[in-house]
Amino acid sequence: MSVLVNKDSKVIVQGFTGSEGTFHAGQMIEYGTNVVGGVTPGKGGQTHLDKPVFNSVAEAVEKAGANVSIIFVPPAFAADAIMEAADAGIKVIIAITEGIPVKDMMVAKDYLKGKDVVLIGPNCPGVITPGEAKVGIMPGFVFKKGRIGIVSKSGTLTYEAADQIVKAGLGISTAIGIGGDPIIGTPTKEAVEMLMNDEETDAIVMIGEIGGNYEALAARWIRETGNKKPVVGFIAGQTAPAGRRMGHAGAIIGGAEDTAEAKMKIMRECGLHVVDSPANIGETMLEALKKAGVKTA
Amino acid sequence: MNIHEYQAKEILKKHGVKVQEGYVAETAEEARQVAQKLNTETGTSWYVIKAQIHAGGRGKGKIQQTNSNGVVLAKSLDEVPEKAKNILGGTLVTHQTGPEGKKVNKVLIAQDVYYPGDSEPKEYYLSVLLDRAKGCNVIMASTEGGMDIEEVAEKTPEKIHKEWIDPAIGLQPFQARKVAFALRLEGKAFKEMVKFIGSLYEAYVSTDSSMFEINPVLKTSDDQILAVDAKVNLDDNALFRHKDLADLRDLSEEDPLEVEAGESGLNYVKLDGNVGCMVNGAGLAMATMDIIKLSGGEPANFLDVGGSANAQTVEAGFRIILKDPNVKAILINIFGGIVRCDRVANGVVEAYKKIGDIKVPIIVRLQGTNAEEGAKIIEESGLKVKSAILLKDAAERVEEALA
Repeated sequence: MSVLVNKDSKVIVQGFTGSEGTFHAGQMIEYGTNVVGGVTPGKGGQTHLDKPVFNSVAEAVEKAGANVSIIFVPPAFAADAIMEAADAGIKVIIAITEGIPVKDMMVAKDYLKGKDVVLIGPNCPGVITPGEAKVGIMPGFVFKKGRIGIVSKSGTLTYEAADQIVKAGLGISTAIGIGGDPIIGTPTKEAVEMLMNDEETDAIVMIGEIGGNYEALAARWIRETGNKKPVVGFIAGQTAPAGRRMGHAGAIIGGAEDTAEAKMKIMRECGLHVVDSPANIGETMLEALKKAGVKTA
Repeated sequence: MNIHEYQAKEILKKHGVKVQEGYVAETAEEARQVAQKLNTETGTSWYVIKAQIHAGGRGKGKIQQTNSNGVVLAKSLDEVPEKAKNILGGTLVTHQTGPEGKKVNKVLIAQDVYYPGDSEPKEYYLSVLLDRAKGCNVIMASTEGGMDIEEVAEKTPEKIHKEWIDPAIGLQPFQARKVAFALRLEGKAFKEMVKFIGSLYEAYVSTDSSMFEINPVLKTSDDQILAVDAKVNLDDNALFRHKDLADLRDLSEEDPLEVEAGESGLNYVKLDGNVGCMVNGAGLAMATMDIIKLSGGEPANFLDVGGSANAQTVEAGFRIILKDPNVKAILINIFGGIVRCDRVANGVVEAYKKIGDIKVPIIVRLQGTNAEEGAKIIEESGLKVKSAILLKDAAERVEEALA
C-alpha cells in the first residue's frame, strides 16, 4: 500500500503540450512514472513525447485507462481542467498551477464534493512515492525510498525536509505537497490522515506556513486520534509581518491564530515534535522515532 | 491588492450600495471646492475629512507634523481647507502603519451622516470574506459597529453572526434577512439592510474580492443604511480579468523597492532587519528568514526568486537587497532541484562580478542537484563569498558574519 500514487497509477498530463507540461512530463517519464498520455484540446490524435495526445480527459480515461491527472493548465483555465478531470472519473487530480483565482477554486472544490475523487493542490509541487511514481515537479533523486511521510504547503521546503530525512539515514514513503493557496483540495489534516492510515509510513513530517488554520485542525485531529505515529512539525514564517502576503497567496497573517507562533503552540500542545529551526527536521525525526520505539534500521 | 476607501466606495455605489457621499481632494483648495459641491448636492453643512491611506485606525491616528487626527470633522465650509491642510502631505501614524507612518496624498471630504432625527443613529459591522477552512464566502455581522472586530470576536463572540454562502447558488434573500434580523433591525431600516447586504455581496463577488469590510455601517436617524467606511482586498490572482480594478493600484502606497522588484519579476517584501536573503520558493524563503532570526540576526526582506534562479534573477535580487542600507550580510539559499546548483553558482559569481563593489559578506548555501560542484565554484571564485551546503552550516556562517 502507498498513498495517492504508486507504480500502478496511470497518469495523464493536462496541458501536456505546453512548455511546463512538456518539460515536467518528460522528467516524470524519465523517473519511471507510468504516464499514459496527455490532454490538449484540439491536438487529439497527435503524439507527444512518444505518448498519445487526447482531446479530452474523458477520452484519456476511455482509451488509456487514466486514473491520475496532473494539471499544468494556465491559471485562467485550471479550475475548469480540474472539474473536467473529476467529471471524467479521474480518482486523483494533482493541480500544479499557481495563480488560480480564489472564486474559481471555490466553485471547483464545491463541484468535487460528493464525488469519488481527491484533489491535491493547486499551487503545489505534487506527490511522489519514491521508486514508484513521481507525479509532480520535485527533483526525484532527493526522495530516497523509506518509511517517513511528508505533508507540506511548500515546494522547496519539502525538498529540504526530504533531504534532511534521507541524510539522517531514513527515507520517504510518500511526500504530499498540498499547496500554498487559500483554498486547496486536500488540507493538512486530510493529507496527514492518509499517511496515518498507511502501513508503509512510520512517522510524518508536517510542514505548514502562516495563514489559515489547517495546521491547527490537523494537530487537534492527531491528538484526538491518539497520536498514533510520531509527527515532526514546522511552521514557516515566524518572522513574517502581519498583513503581508509572503509569496504564496495563502501565506498571510490576518488574525492572531494565523501566526507561526500560535500554530506551533497548538501543535506542541497536541503532542507533535515541533522544531523552531527548519535545519533540525532530520535529527528531530530520529529522536522522535527513538522515543516512540520505532526501529530505524 | 488593497485599495483606498474612496475607491472602495465607488465600487460599492456602482453595485447599488448606499454610501456616505464624498469627493477626494489633493489640495486644501480642492478640498474647499468639493466640500461646496457636496453641500449643494447633499445639503450637508458639516464635513468629515478623512486621510486616504492603506491602513486602519485613522481616526485615532496622528499626523506627525501637525498633531491632527487622520479623520477630523469640519463644522463649516471655512474650516475645511485649514483642516485638510493639516492632514495633506503629512505622515499619519496609526496602530496599523508602524512607527514610520504613511504619507497622506489624498483626503476624502465626506458628508456628515450622524445628523439628528426621529431615531438615534446606530453603527453596525458587516463584512464579506473568504472562509478558508470551509472553502466558501461568509458574511459576518455584528451590532458592535465601529469596534475592532477581532476584539469583539475574542471578548463577545456571541455578538458576531455568521452566514455562510453556498458557492454554487450564492447569497439567498432569506440569508440576507437572517443577518438583518440578527442585527435586531425592524421596519424601514430592516428592509434597507436586506437590500444593503444583497448589493454588498454582489459587489464582493463581481470584483473577485477576498474581503469587503464595512465598519461602520450606519443606520441614520431617518433609517437609511449607509457604508461610512470601506476596506477592500482584491484577489491578485483574479486581476487579469479586471483591468479596471488593476488600475486602482496606488504605487505610492507601496515600498519603492518592492515596486522595482516586481518589475524584475521578483517576489520581494521589505522588512526592517539586517540580513538580506534570496531564496527559491516562498516556503523556503520564509524558513530562511526564520533561520536568520535564530542565528541572531533579523531578516531584512522576503525574496523568492522563483523556479529559475539564473544570473539575471540573482543579479536583480542582489541589486534590490543592496539598496537597503540596513543590510549587513546576505544569505542566498537555493535548493537546486530542476535548477542545477553549479549553474546557480555561476550565476552568483557572474552577478557579483558585474555589480563589483559589494561590501557586505555573502553566504551562499546551495543544496540539491550538483551541490558539491556549486560549492567548489563559489570557493574557487576568489570572491569574498562563503559557501555552505547544509542549512545548519548556513546558519552558523550568518552568525559568524554578524559577530
